Amino acid sequence: MPASREVVFVDGVRTPFGKSGPKGLYAETRADDLVVRVIRELMRRNPNLPPDRVDEVAIAATTQIGDQGLTIGRSAAVLAGLPKSVPGYAIDRMCAGAMTAVTTVAGGISFGAYDVAIAGGVEHMGRHPMGEGVDPNPRFLSEQLVDGSALIMGMTAENLHDRYPTITKDRADAFAVASQEKVAKAYADGRIQPDLVPMATRKAAEGWGLATVDEAPRPGTSMEGLRALKTPFRAHGRVTAGNASGINDGATGCVVAAEEVAAELGLTPKMRLVSYAFAGVDPEVMGVGPIPSTERALRLAGLSIGDIGLFEINEAFAVQVLAFLEHFGIADDDPRVNPYGGAIAFGHPLASSGVRLMTQLAREFAERPDVRYGITTMCVGMGMGGTVIWENLA
Amino acid sequence: MSNVENWKSLLEGKNADEVVTKALVRDVDLPYGAGTMALITLDNGFDHTKPNTFGPQGLLALDEALDGIAARTDIVAVGLVGKPFIFAVGADLKGAAAVTSREEALAIGALGHHVFRRLGELGVPSFAFVNGAAMGGGLEIALHCVYRTISSGVPAVALPECFLGLVPGWGGTQLLPRLIGPEKALKLIIENPLSQNRMIKGRDAFELGIADAMFEPADFLEESLRWAAQVLRAEVTVERVSHTDADWTPVIDQARTLVDLKLRGASPAPYRALDLVAQARTATRDEGFAAEDEALADLLMGDELRAGLYSFDLVQRRAKRPAGAPDKALAHKVTKVGVVGAGLMASQLALLFARRLEVPVVLTDLDQERLDKGVGYVHAEIGKLQAKGRISSDRANRLKALVTGSLTKDAFADADFVIEAVFEDLKVKQQVFAEVEAVVSETCVLATNTSSLSITEMAAGLRHPERVVGFHFFNPVAVLPLLEIVRGAATDDATLATAFAVAKSLKKSSVLVKDAPAFVVNRLLTRFMGEVIAAVDEGTPVETADHALDGLGLPMTPFALLQLVGPAVALHVAETMHAAFPDRYGVSENLAKLVAAGKPGLYGADFQIDPQARALFEGGSTPSTGDEVRLRALRALAQEIDLMLAEGVVSAAEDIDLCMILGAGWPFHTGGVTPYLDRTGISEEVTGRRFLAPGVASVPAV
Repeated sequence: MPASREVVFVDGVRTPFGKSGPKGLYAETRADDLVVRVIRELMRRNPNLPPDRVDEVAIAATTQIGDQGLTIGRSAAVLAGLPKSVPGYAIDRMCAGAMTAVTTVAGGISFGAYDVAIAGGVEHMGRHPMGEGVDPNPRFLSEQLVDGSALIMGMTAENLHDRYPTITKDRADAFAVASQEKVAKAYADGRIQPDLVPMATRKAAEGWGLATVDEAPRPGTSMEGLRALKTPFRAHGRVTAGNASGINDGATGCVVAAEEVAAELGLTPKMRLVSYAFAGVDPEVMGVGPIPSTERALRLAGLSIGDIGLFEINEAFAVQVLAFLEHFGIADDDPRVNPYGGAIAFGHPLASSGVRLMTQLAREFAERPDVRYGITTMCVGMGMGGTVIWENLA
Repeated sequence: MSNVENWKSLLEGKNADEVVTKALVRDVDLPYGAGTMALITLDNGFDHTKPNTFGPQGLLALDEALDGIAARTDIVAVGLVGKPFIFAVGADLKGAAAVTSREEALAIGALGHHVFRRLGELGVPSFAFVNGAAMGGGLEIALHCVYRTISSGVPAVALPECFLGLVPGWGGTQLLPRLIGPEKALKLIIENPLSQNRMIKGRDAFELGIADAMFEPADFLEESLRWAAQVLRAEVTVERVSHTDADWTPVIDQARTLVDLKLRGASPAPYRALDLVAQARTATRDEGFAAEDEALADLLMGDELRAGLYSFDLVQRRAKRPAGAPDKALAHKVTKVGVVGAGLMASQLALLFARRLEVPVVLTDLDQERLDKGVGYVHAEIGKLQAKGRISSDRANRLKALVTGSLTKDAFADADFVIEAVFEDLKVKQQVFAEVEAVVSETCVLATNTSSLSITEMAAGLRHPERVVGFHFFNPVAVLPLLEIVRGAATDDATLATAFAVAKSLKKSSVLVKDAPAFVVNRLLTRFMGEVIAAVDEGTPVETADHALDGLGLPMTPFALLQLVGPAVALHVAETMHAAFPDRYGVSENLAKLVAAGKPGLYGADFQIDPQARALFEGGSTPSTGDEVRLRALRALAQEIDLMLAEGVVSAAEDIDLCMILGAGWPFHTGGVTPYLDRTGISEEVTGRRFLAPGVASVPAV
């Protein structure tokens, strides 16, 4: 058994992200069907990968009940028509679910337990609203283990504004406007579409349709428009629906492999895994999570922040991206950061987003062969951050 | 008034209960920037258990949707897809049964053509995405589209019209042979419908060339749309072979021979279908579709189709909810079955019970060798299923372990259902049941597979006669779908409910029958056969008598049936019936001679009349003509059915027909038997009245 092997990101795809709710794209579409479609597209796009060489299917979901239950990695593998010999499991680290699916199978690959794995995530927040079925232990509050606001993500974002008083609502709104603009441009330039897999959507009253693009982006969003929005988490607060990601439905997936096996099979890897790290922070300011996780990942890689040429940071909230940038001394509008825009526009179907970041980073790498290292990072509920550092193979 | 308005006014309100299949239109952005497709979803608003069908309102709704689409200039294609698991299963049969005039019948055909053909005549290409079951008009509407994809998971593709007594007359007879050639088309249009309405699967349909591309069910629609985009961008080209240059006569003639063999001219539909297919090689669309309209109108106004629709309804509905069956909730759970006897019949029953009920089945016999042979037979049959790939080795192991043998009946102690299949002798059966009752629980059901003995008498000496029920299978047990469930004088509701529940688990259709000699099927077939044999006894040539009833299109001639049953069994039943009804049931001395001579029947191994057998029947001096034999046999049937209804053997004439269709294989176009007797006037001549009101299985009087 090899002691350690290089791990590569071969290919990633996702469904278009929909807006949750009865009018949304996927209002009557099952979450597991989204995952099935992603797995099948990965197999179709990588014909050199024999289905029986997939050694694991790790799929993340935050709410693991109903159509996101039944050990979704395994059930989706069976539904997707992978050989029954291919195992699978479900994984959860809330917003960093898919990211954790990737790092976990990567660990297994490095150890030699797998050669090739599929990792991804899904969240149908319409069918499974955030917090569905949770039963927080009363000790959290009685012993003041966490602040009362820790479980309401919008409140943690307001708390983060408190911690970084220089991050004003205007700065957050400006970042949000830029995110919408960057997404519109990326779409216009055809950067997003190649990694979307069209998804059939059926509504009983309307018949079959086809989702081909993200539903959430709002091109043309202006500062004026954002200023008019309510701050639902705090009176006269800073966090609005406009400078935060929305409530969304979608699934992502990618093929991760041992570098030598990818070469043997004739797969074309896009990125090499350099290091990864997760870190914990106070749950009531969960948005700072990416700072310690990134510091740790850099340390593990023997790199400094200056070595990183591209950043894919999940925009759960504008303030949380800005806190990260402020900490590392990076400008709000640095072109290395989220060049195709982010979750404020695309949407953030919780456990699926980590692989969206990776898929986009891979495409950005392809455009920028001059860049050697990139980062995917995100904050996680209950006070965590996750970071993966990648090396460009383009 | 436009044609459509005219058809609308003719058909409006004819079937107020029509479950309308809606045509839901949504725009779809095709991949690769191929443009916008107007995608029509056919959906009647129910789940897959109530499939999409086309009645006048549904056709008009689709017509309206197509009006909207035709008016648009911003779309590059039209798509058509079904609801989950179902594409569409054809015309609304209830609506067809409600047609009272030829004008209306013509309107149904013409309206269907008018709407369907638009799909092939729009300014943009049309695509059918056959995602689920596609039958009859459901397949025809797909054929009208320019391109078709099909899911490899589609369980049923068929043109079952000829099975019912119609033709695929919404374009099927014209479009299909031109698409895939006459030989393959006739397989779907003629051969399969006349072979117990066989259906093919999506994969077979693709291989036949009915669809241009096939995709797996997991993302069938997405991949179909991707393929459509590639076709529109000319990245994929669809090759079509022209079949119209060839001579179609040989394959049409071959199919005609097949139809003659099966029907002997008895039902017009397949013949009309053949003529239409023959015409399709050279006819224009207008000519071909107009000919289909005429054929549909003729057939819709014919009694054969009405009998076909009646039969279909009996088999689909009445067979599933047997008249007179008690509340299901009264049934006992059956967790173990006992079979008394280990002969061929007993072994077949054991195999069936084990496969369907998946509970332990114990065969008993007094003779170890017979027992070993019986259990061995079952295990060998399971082995054959496994060898054919029909069951897995795990399942084979499970089934084999379920079937065991015992020399003593105490193996029945924990059985819930014991069926006897021993020699047809009342004393023997009474003895068997007494022995079984000594070991089983108080509620164990005792069933008998007797074909002619009295259930009441069989139960008479028991401590619990209320647990005895008749459970009469037809040979071959695994094939024929009928079970006559016989209520004895003492049989209680719990026993009866258990019998019906077991029948359902065995996937049999059951009919509740009173404890009367030979129940339904054997009583009628014996009477019928008795008249034919009597005619031969009187001097009618064997061939004349045997073919006198060819016009009914029965599955086999009377003497072929005699051969199948075996003369000894036939004689035994005839004697039993003679004892019960000496006035109407004779016992042919010549038949007894045939049995004594050890002959397998009147036919020899070469399928010709065996001269020695013929000699045994010679000597009669009052021969009849074929026509006389036919009338005599049919009159006898009418009389017997009338008596059976008066005796309350079954609850209605419908049950007689159901028994004849499912137990004797009598055809749909005769409606079993009573619709044929009604429409030929024999019922009224013999009994003074019809068995069924006009319109039930015939064209209603206006």
